[in-house]
This record gives sequence, C-alpha cells and structure tokens, in this order.
Amino acid sequence: MARRVDKHLQQHLWYLVSVILVFVPIMLSQTGCAQRENTIKIGGVGPLTGGAATYGASTRNACQMAIEEINQQGGLDVSGKKYKLELIFEDDEGRPESAANAYRKLIDQDRVCAIIGTVMSKCSLAGAPIAQEAHVPMISNASTNPQVTLIGDYIFRACFIDPFQGRIMANFAFSSLEKRKAAVLFDNGNDYNKGLAEFFKARFEELGGQIVAYEAFTDEDKTQDFSAQLTKIKAAGPDILFLPNYYSSVAMIAKQARAMGLDIPLIGGDGWDSPDLVTLGKEAVEGCFFSTHFSKDDPSPRVQKFVSAYTEKYKQPPDALAALAYDACLILFQGLRTAKSLKGEDLRDALKNIRDLEAVSGQITFDDQRNPVKGAVIVKIENGRQVFYQRINP
Amino acid sequence: MKPSDLVLPGILLVSAGLYVWYYGWLVLAQQMINGLQRGSMYALIALGYTLVYGIIRLINFAHGDVFMMGVYFACFAGNFLLSRGVGFAFWIAMIVAMIGCLLINVLIEAVAYRPLRDRPRLTMLITAIGVSLFLENFLSLDPHQLPFPFNHLVFGPQFRPFPTLIKERVYPLAAGLTISNIKIIDLATALMLMVVLEYIVKRTKMGKAMRAVSYDMDVARLMGIHVDRIITFTFALGGALAGCAGILYGLTYGVLQSPCLGMWPGIVAFVAAVVGGIGNIPGAMLGGFLMGIVETLAISVNSNLGYGVTFLILILVLLVRPKGLLGSPYMEKI
Repeated sequence: MARRVDKHLQQHLWYLVSVILVFVPIMLSQTGCAQRENTIKIGGVGPLTGGAATYGASTRNACQMAIEEINQQGGLDVSGKKYKLELIFEDDEGRPESAANAYRKLIDQDRVCAIIGTVMSKCSLAGAPIAQEAHVPMISNASTNPQVTLIGDYIFRACFIDPFQGRIMANFAFSSLEKRKAAVLFDNGNDYNKGLAEFFKARFEELGGQIVAYEAFTDEDKTQDFSAQLTKIKAAGPDILFLPNYYSSVAMIAKQARAMGLDIPLIGGDGWDSPDLVTLGKEAVEGCFFSTHFSKDDPSPRVQKFVSAYTEKYKQPPDALAALAYDACLILFQGLRTAKSLKGEDLRDALKNIRDLEAVSGQITFDDQRNPVKGAVIVKIENGRQVFYQRINP
Repeated sequence: MKPSDLVLPGILLVSAGLYVWYYGWLVLAQQMINGLQRGSMYALIALGYTLVYGIIRLINFAHGDVFMMGVYFACFAGNFLLSRGVGFAFWIAMIVAMIGCLLINVLIEAVAYRPLRDRPRLTMLITAIGVSLFLENFLSLDPHQLPFPFNHLVFGPQFRPFPTLIKERVYPLAAGLTISNIKIIDLATALMLMVVLEYIVKRTKMGKAMRAVSYDMDVARLMGIHVDRIITFTFALGGALAGCAGILYGLTYGVLQSPCLGMWPGIVAFVAAVVGGIGNIPGAMLGGFLMGIVETLAISVNSNLGYGVTFLILILVLLVRPKGLLGSPYMEKI
C-alpha cells in the first residue's frame, strides 16, 4: 500500500516537473520579448519541408536578401527614425495546422509587426484569421486563391489571383494552342487547386470548348497512383490536360500519363514553377506550358537586376516564388516608409494606399480586395529548361 | 453457407455489373489491370501485417514505415548501381531493399517489441504506433540542420526522383487495352512471393515451428522450439516482403514523396489484411488485390469519394464476416 502512495506521489511530481519545464521557457520568452530599440521584427512563413519545400526555401532566401539590402543601406526610415530589420522565418510544412501554429508563434511570442507569407493558399487561409484578429498586416507572396484576402482588411498579397490565372490558361489553351477538348485533374483537398480548376473550366466552356473529363484526387502528399483517373481521362479523348497542381504531383501525373500512352500537352498554373518539376518529371513534362508570375528570362531591366543579385547570393537563379517574396518585402518596406507609426492600423492604411510601386513582377497597385493588378507570363519547358514564352497583361 | 455469406459477393457482383453497364467491359478490364498493379503492393505489405499478427497477435503499425524505408533503400541502391554502370541493377537493388528492410524489422522487434512481450497486448500496440511516428518524423528531419552523425541517418523531407531501373514499355493488348512491363513485374513478383511464403510456412520445418508458436507459444516453448528465434524469423520475412513492395513502388511511381509515404499504403494494407482475415496468408493476398481493384474502380467512378470506399469495404466485411474473408473462425484464448 505504501508503495502505491509513493507511486502516486511520484506521478504528481513528474506532472509538476513537466508543467514547470514546459511553462517556464514560455514565460521567460514572453518577458524577454520587448521590442529592441531601433529594430523592426518581420515574420516570414513558408513550407521549408514537404511537397512544396522549394517554395519555402525561395521565400526565405528572397526575404533575407531584401532585408539585408535595406540593412546595408543603414536601415529603413519610419516616421523620421532609422530602423534595422530582422527576419524571423517559420516552417509551415505545407500544412494548415502547422501554418496556424507558426502565425501564433510569430504574433504572440516574437511580436512581429508584419508577416510575409505564407505560400500555399490552404495555409494562408489558416493563418490569415490569426493575423487579422491580432491586427498584424500580412502579405502573402503566392497564395492565389481569391478567398485569402477576403478574410480581412489586414490581408494583402503580392501575386495575381486564380480567376485571372484560370482565365488566361483557358484562353491560352483555346486560342494559342487551338485545343477544343480539355480534361482537368486536380487535388480537391486544396483550395488553390480546386479554385484554379473551377475558373479554368468556367472560362474554357465560355469560350466554346468542352471539358470532357473533370477528375479529382485527395491530398497530393499521399496520393501516388493516378491510373484510375488517367484511364478515365484517356477514354474521354481530350486533346489537352490541365493540371492545376503543385510540381511534385504534376511530375508523378505526367510520368503515369506518358506511361499509359496519353501524349497530349499538359498545362498548369504557377504551382508548376519549381526547378524540381524537371528533375522529377524528366522527359514526361517536355513541351508543356504553365502560367506564372515571373520568368528569369524576362528581358525587362528590373527583372534582370533582381535575377543577377539573387543568383550571385544563392548560386541558383530565382523562381517565381522568390520574386514574389521579394516583391512582398518591397510592398512592406514601402508601407513602413509611409506609415504614420508602427501600429498595425497605420501600417495597414499605408499598404492600402500604395500606388504603382515598381516591383520585380510588375507595377503594383492594390484593388479593393487588396489584390495587386498586374500581368502574368507563360513559360514553356524545352529541353529540360523553363523558357520564357510570352507575357500576358491584365 | 449462411445467407450473410452472400452479402459481400452479391454487392461486388452488382457493383461490377453496374460498372460494365455504364462504362463498358473495356474500361472495367483496363481499370482491373490498374487495380491489380496497385493491389500487388498492398498485398505484399498486408502479408507482413498478417505474419506478425499470426505469431504474436500484434498489429505492427510500423510496418508501413518499414515499407517506406524499402523505397528509400531501393532508391539509394539504384542510384549507386546506375552511377557505377553495374548490370542487373534492378535485381541487386531489390535484394538490397529486401535485406535492408529485413534487418530494420528485426531490429525494431528486438528493441521495441521483445522487452514488452509479457506485458498486456495494448502496450505493444501503442509502442508500434510510437515506432511508426518516430520513424516518420525522425527520417523527415532536414539533414542540413542536423549535427554530424545524424545527418547521414535521415532521408530528409524533400521529394526525390526514383532511378529508372527498368524502362517502362507499354504493350497494347486487344481492343485498346494496354499493359506495361512494370505492371507485369509488379504482379508476377507479388504472386511469386506469396507462393514462396506459403511454401515456407506450410512445407518447411521453420514454417511448422511458426505455426506451432502461433497456435500456442507456451506449449511450443515446452516442445523445445526456440520461440524468440521464430519470432525474429517472422519479422525478417515480413520485412523482406515490405522491402520488395518498396522497390516495386519506386519502379511504378518514379517519385519518392517524403518519409511519410508509407502511411496511406500501410493503412490500406492493414485494412486488406483484416478484410482477408488477419493471420491468414492467402487472405492477405486476396485482401490486397481486392483493395487495389475496389479502390481503383471506386476512384474512377467518382474521384472525390472513391478514396473512402476502402473503409466502407472494411466495415461491410467486419459486419458480415468478422473474421475476414478467409479467416478461420477459431476461438481466441483469453
């Protein structure tokens, strides 16, 4: 009996110890978190791991570069005072629940004054309500789903939105490639893919084309076998296949489609834009097209200036995600320069009023829903490389 | 033959009939070929679940992750062999993956399950879930952020291409149906390994010992059977099968997603083992192929809802035949 009691007590002790071990660091970090003099903390969120890992890395690199550039110039001028900038970057693993945790950590613990990110629409949709509630402005670099900025007036983005992207790809398939029978295969567990599929379908049918197959799968990270859907698509006889998915599953789908003799062109959206598309998909993605925000081969001088600086720093050319993250930083810096104070409300108003900001992916002016109005580029995959194909203006 | 025995075949036949009526024989035949390919991987993984359950009544939830490690071992071995230009790369990589998974599975048993063998069964079950979570999350760590010895132990979370060990060739069959060399390899390997396994269990001394341990561990020990060795042997067999499923997976899909890739195939294979009658070898095989075909057909009917049908089948089978399709209805000792 005595031993029992001891054991009970021991359990209680362990419980107490673990509570202390968990809470003391949290309390310490709370008290140690007062804003240091002359430094503005900026949060960053992106998927550093998982199926979109290259996006997170590009986002982090570009933010780091933009911030270092400002710090080298001596800091940012906010209402007559110079501030240094500091980036705190969190991994959301491409999962909404982790994104929510990352946003909470940045807002509650690090007390950042604004957040750049996150990349995937489903993750931004999880993080945005937290930023909105805390009145911390957030600028997503690449969440193209229209719902994201509708969450609240503190939510901005640096990219075009899916209705625009779906429309230009439908136009491109119908007019430039002269295809009339399209099939769509998309991840229905993801707001980005689902939205893009719907907008493409609507526009393609409006133009007089026919959607002969509209197939889905669940969760790109755990689906490997697309043979059931592809067999059905092949039986429907399309002459083009629209894949509004991320590069990793696009590569798998392309390989399996080629293996069953489905040799029609594949097209997609900015989710394809990663160096890994060709590494994983090899010859299966050859000759395919996708729309994106930026191409490193775009001859305009502001693009070339960014490309050379980024390439020099990171020994690899930037992808669209890097350009957008850099643009998101430029937007934020412009907002900070013109804001009356560092308070969330003032920063939000300053961001809203940005007009014709010269950014890498175009001139940025926000519409009523805090989406930038700007063009897109179409990229073709040729000999295993991404080649600038054409520029489309809004 | 009870009337309830007719429920499941009835449902399957009626569904197949409706499918043919709506899509035609050709589509059914092509999707059956796709499903058999998918099913051959499920079957190989399900065999591992069934073997281990048969011997120590443990649902080894880490089995899907052993399979995942097989995919990675095959990938590393394949890359190495191709870069050196070694011949028979596929077969060597297959043996490497099988031996690698065999060792991993034996190690898991020795470290995590053996010390708990006399504890309540629930303890081992929870440990199995723990091992599974550990493998997935540890191996997903980013090698660039780890100190020296560990950065060579993890796979990292990035997608990787699987080496082209065998070039896929598509052969047209009659009337527009196609089959590929990889589909044939998948199916043939799975069937061959099942025959080998059935032979080991039914015809060899080791197999006889396995069956004795499965029937009554204590009496088997009294009869002079080295129980620990038999259990190790069982885990080794299951691991080798998972390794083989691993290389087939890589060959078929060509891309490794992350160290969590074993989760979904693992769950479906577990369902397959239960549907076939857990502890029963032909049952696991039947369950695996059934799951592969049903999943493929269901997805082709409605790709939004198809993925859930696997579990619908599980519920149906458990309702009408709680012991599984081929499960023997013996009483469990308590």
